[in-house]
Amino acid sequence: MSANPETVKQSSSSLKDKLATFHSWAAVDDSTLNKGQKLAVKYFMGAVILFIFQIIFGLLAGIQFIAPGFLYEILDFSVNRMIHINAMILWMLYGFIGCTYWLLEDESGTEIVGLKYGVIGFWVLSAAITIVVLVYLLIQTGAGNDTTLWLINEGREYIEAPRWADIGIVAVMLIFFYNVVMTFSKGKWSGIAGVLTLDLVALAGLYVAGMFYMTNITHEQFWWWWVIHLWVEATWEVLVGVIMAWSLMTILGVSRRIVTTWLYIEVALMFGSGILGLGHHYFWIGTPEYWLTIGGFFSALEPIPLVAMVVHAVYDSGERSFKNMNHPAMAWLIAHAFGNFFGGGVWGFMHTLPQINLYTHGTQWSASHGHFAFFGAYATINIAFFYIAIQHWRGNVWMGSNSLNEWRWKWALALLNIGVVGMTIALLIAGYEQSFIERAIGGSTWGGYFAAQTHPSFMSAMHWRMLFGLVTAAGLGLLVWDLLTIGKGETRKAEMIIHSK
Amino acid sequence: MSENPQWASESFWKKVAVWVTAGSFLILVVLTFDTLKQTSAGGDRVPAYSVINKKIDYQFDKKLNKFMPIIDGEELLFGKEFSEEEAEQLVTLGKKTTQAKNCMNCHTLLGNGAYFAPDLTKAWLDQGWLTVGLREEQMLKFLMDPEKNARTFGTDRKMPNLDITKEEAKGIVAFLKWMSSIDTNGFPYNFTTIYAEDD
Repeated sequence: MSANPETVKQSSSSLKDKLATFHSWAAVDDSTLNKGQKLAVKYFMGAVILFIFQIIFGLLAGIQFIAPGFLYEILDFSVNRMIHINAMILWMLYGFIGCTYWLLEDESGTEIVGLKYGVIGFWVLSAAITIVVLVYLLIQTGAGNDTTLWLINEGREYIEAPRWADIGIVAVMLIFFYNVVMTFSKGKWSGIAGVLTLDLVALAGLYVAGMFYMTNITHEQFWWWWVIHLWVEATWEVLVGVIMAWSLMTILGVSRRIVTTWLYIEVALMFGSGILGLGHHYFWIGTPEYWLTIGGFFSALEPIPLVAMVVHAVYDSGERSFKNMNHPAMAWLIAHAFGNFFGGGVWGFMHTLPQINLYTHGTQWSASHGHFAFFGAYATINIAFFYIAIQHWRGNVWMGSNSLNEWRWKWALALLNIGVVGMTIALLIAGYEQSFIERAIGGSTWGGYFAAQTHPSFMSAMHWRMLFGLVTAAGLGLLVWDLLTIGKGETRKAEMIIHSK
Repeated sequence: MSENPQWASESFWKKVAVWVTAGSFLILVVLTFDTLKQTSAGGDRVPAYSVINKKIDYQFDKKLNKFMPIIDGEELLFGKEFSEEEAEQLVTLGKKTTQAKNCMNCHTLLGNGAYFAPDLTKAWLDQGWLTVGLREEQMLKFLMDPEKNARTFGTDRKMPNLDITKEEAKGIVAFLKWMSSIDTNGFPYNFTTIYAEDD
């Protein structure tokens, strides 16, 4: 079939018209963005859409704890939960890629090298994700053979994407590196650029460790944790360190020397504790006993870099009396500092030592920690960056005190934080109950498991979790509304920040 | 900034970051080689796949203060003695099926996964199968038609029908039996096996 060039031309111009209408409605102006930033905002919009998916499927899975017959054999818990956690990982990755493209030209002092490939990469990745999700929803499972693992689902928590998509993800990541490395090489390197590049190499390299089938489940889970742990407890943490450093420099005006020194301290502490902290996943999967000591010791140190990040963010903000050019972004950065410390650090530490982990491993304890940590460490800082981007995209408008409709961002901040902390506490109660009733008393049998699941305190915890899930969803709704409208009709320009040398 | 002491300087922390990262990673690589060696199938910690021909149980070891696997005597699966190769083939089919059916997004395996359904680490040894004699048949029936043979233990949670074939179901049972023999450092704690009830 040959397409009529006239029709193609018309439809592409009508798409452009629609885009222009949307831009004028949203009061955003592409001419305020550099090329890297134009690509970044695509990733940010993708991230927000995936964030909405994460919450919808989280709510569905939450309902199934209360009403197990809900959507039975239509969208079972396994499907909802898989999309819930996959959408989360992906929107955060979209956010991180967006942040990197956003700061790339400013940081390197030159134009992005391979913008065209970056744009192609974005559309390829987004198309691949759409296909993967449709297959998850419509086909769901397959026969127990390699075809299923290649085309439908790999069945490994967090990295369920079928193998063809894995290869696609790696290809898109290579384009992303090419852009980052070549742009810095053409322009100038900095401490932030160096840490960022090395971290991205590790981040992508690790993904490859999760792309093999193994029958020996001990080996399989060993490598699987290389991806999951070394992503979320090492390379992602360093990545948010980079984003935090750049953001503090940009919106607060902290000096480059100070943020770079802090960044190196964070890298030393983060990798020094996090790399061998991997051992806390090797307590019970068949791996040797020395991991009990190594994993326990190093993971107990993992909160230390997070304390350092709180001190850094709060000290620098306090030193400038919180005078900054973007109040919502600053508030979310502070939420990140504390959320990372409490969600990742404290909640992780509470059950990381093998003596307690023997009872908590594989209970709602992990869900409690997971919700608080992913939100506190990663959702918050991405949201902060969305606000940095939208301020710029609307022409560097005023987002200081007494801005229009500022109740919206404040309520979105409050509802999202209250919602997630509420779910965390509810799940923690369920986790404690499970550790006692199922594990300590029930001997971890199926009888013990169900005795814990039907216990009134477990059931009430699931209801509370649902309620706070709805609060979170309301917060997200408000956040999206706010991002679409904040700064619209604002005539004042952003406050000038005095940058320290 | 010349008044900056050495320990607070950018260059000092840059070096620390590089050395600490490289050092930690090197230790991890060395330990990874050792762990993979110690946990290859057929070793002390992870038995060979032909363990599906044997009786697997757990006993509390007072000296180590934890439950240790006891692999002792013959207990054939589906009335057949599997060669090492056949056993690996069947366990592989089972493992691939657990991935293809996305088991891990409801269940946990070795404690990892989702928390909507029970842990499968020692599912083979669970007292929920009532007696050793009934176990194999019950497991196959349940896997192939979980809705009719639902085991909800008073919750309304039912496993969905996942179109598992008989051969795949046998593979899953073999995989679960093999997995239950892995020395998991005493996890899950205080697990009472189906044999304890028989005694």
